[in-house]
Amino acid sequence: MRGSVVGRPVSANVHGWLLLLPAAVLLVTFTHYPTVATLYHSFFSTSKPGRPTAWIGLDNYRSMVEDPVFWQVLANNLWYALATIPLSIALAILMAVWVNGKIAGRGLLRLSFFTPTVLPMIAVANIWLFFYTPGYGLLEQVTGLFGLPSHNWLGSRNTALGCLVIVTVWKEAGFFMIFYLAALQSISPHLTEAASLMGAGRWYFFRRVTFPLLMPTTLFVLVNAVINSFRLVDHIVVMTKGGPDNTTALLLYYIYDVGFKFWDSGYAAALTLILLVILAAFAMGQFLFLDRRVHYQ
Amino acid sequence: MTRALTALETAGAWVLGFLWALPLAYAVWTAFHPSEFSTHFVPTAPLTLENFVKAWAAAPFARYFVNTILLVTMILAAQLVLCTLAAYAFARFTFRGREIAFLLVLVQLMIMPDVLIVENYRTMSRLGILDSLLAIGLPYMASAFGIFLLRQTFKTVPKELDEAARVEGAGALEVLWKVYVPLARPVYGAYALVSVSYHWNNFLWPLIVTNSVNSRPLTVGLQGFSSGDQGVDWSIITAATLMTSGPLLIAFLLFQRQFVQSFMRAGIR
Repeated sequence: MRGSVVGRPVSANVHGWLLLLPAAVLLVTFTHYPTVATLYHSFFSTSKPGRPTAWIGLDNYRSMVEDPVFWQVLANNLWYALATIPLSIALAILMAVWVNGKIAGRGLLRLSFFTPTVLPMIAVANIWLFFYTPGYGLLEQVTGLFGLPSHNWLGSRNTALGCLVIVTVWKEAGFFMIFYLAALQSISPHLTEAASLMGAGRWYFFRRVTFPLLMPTTLFVLVNAVINSFRLVDHIVVMTKGGPDNTTALLLYYIYDVGFKFWDSGYAAALTLILLVILAAFAMGQFLFLDRRVHYQ
Repeated sequence: MTRALTALETAGAWVLGFLWALPLAYAVWTAFHPSEFSTHFVPTAPLTLENFVKAWAAAPFARYFVNTILLVTMILAAQLVLCTLAAYAFARFTFRGREIAFLLVLVQLMIMPDVLIVENYRTMSRLGILDSLLAIGLPYMASAFGIFLLRQTFKTVPKELDEAARVEGAGALEVLWKVYVPLARPVYGAYALVSVSYHWNNFLWPLIVTNSVNSRPLTVGLQGFSSGDQGVDWSIITAATLMTSGPLLIAFLLFQRQFVQSFMRAGIR
């Protein structure tokens, strides 16, 4: 399986490593080292004036278990992932099927669906913040037309996280759509013909033929969606700052809060480790169960 | 029956398309009209650029633009060089530890610099480069994604071309430059587009490592501007918002096909 041996083995060794070296140094410094350092620093207290940092064993983890905000944030992140992932995938498939067919205004629809992808999340969040503004924003104006009472969408515990889910789905669905579109275009038209000759309905055909054929795409999109649900918190900084009462704080946002507002770097390290464990567990799961066929060769 | 269904589907698609375009259309309306019309949708409302002028004057956006442009250029240049060299090593050299090294590179696909903010901040502070463009860019310069993408491409280059160049006496780097790089041009284009959009839009890490106008990119500047004491004049804030995403948005509208294809090419592994 090994590639061609270029030159003699010794020089291939040297050349290979020399070429890799610059990238390797940066990767080790900013990915591998910080991953290990996170674990190490999570066993230390945060230094304060007059009290240098000291080994405290599992104390950070003990306070984590007793920290109600941590559990709330974890639950928030779980709900957020469980809502955004299936919704954006389902919408992405729907969009792709629509703009793949001979629908009127296809170009405009594609444009409309995909545009949110190229906008910065921070800009998107500003626009949506305005959209949700009580009494003034577009949403309130529409609900006002129907005579519904005014509601502070981002300010109440019941609706705030839902509002963020909508923003995320709006931003992501069009991005995922293009992968489904590519996959749909690679499905042979003969299949569709054969199915219609045999009298298969469209829904039946989609369920039994298209959807299974889209499975590799779904896996790829799923991995992206999961990572994004733990990686992207820009909109929270703009729209809610985790409030009201931490109902919209996700794990990474909480790490940012603890690490860079309370400057509790020891506890922030412990929280980061949990995030890394979640991502690593997911990577393992993907590697062991889902991605058997994909070989990085 | 089928025709009714098709009509229904078209209607559904249009409703969704309309909803998807709505927030942006709303922002455009607000930004280009005087603030008293920001929630009054009458076709006779006068158009104005006043909001953009006010936004531009209210914060050092020129500086933010320069910072962002420098930042994305610096990151992309470093990525292209580093990833090309590493990908070449993985694609065409058999060296000890190659498989393990490649797996270690792939780790970054899952554990991105975006989540390692606490430790990377510590590192930047120890290096003494906090509040600089370099600090924003460094963690992203060796991109696992770029290495992976280019390695896949380099592997498709016929070995005969490589060998022919070597027979003519070309060294390893010369072969890379004359044979591999030209053949991978479309991939470089796609990667560049994705990288530029990613780093133009990146926010949390730049927010953390910068604290002055000298190094803040547009996204961080915009956030400081819209959460500051501007009074909540939405017309000006949306104008600033559109301004910061403007270059990317215009580029996208002009080169829609290339954008979609780049994102697609970059995504499919």
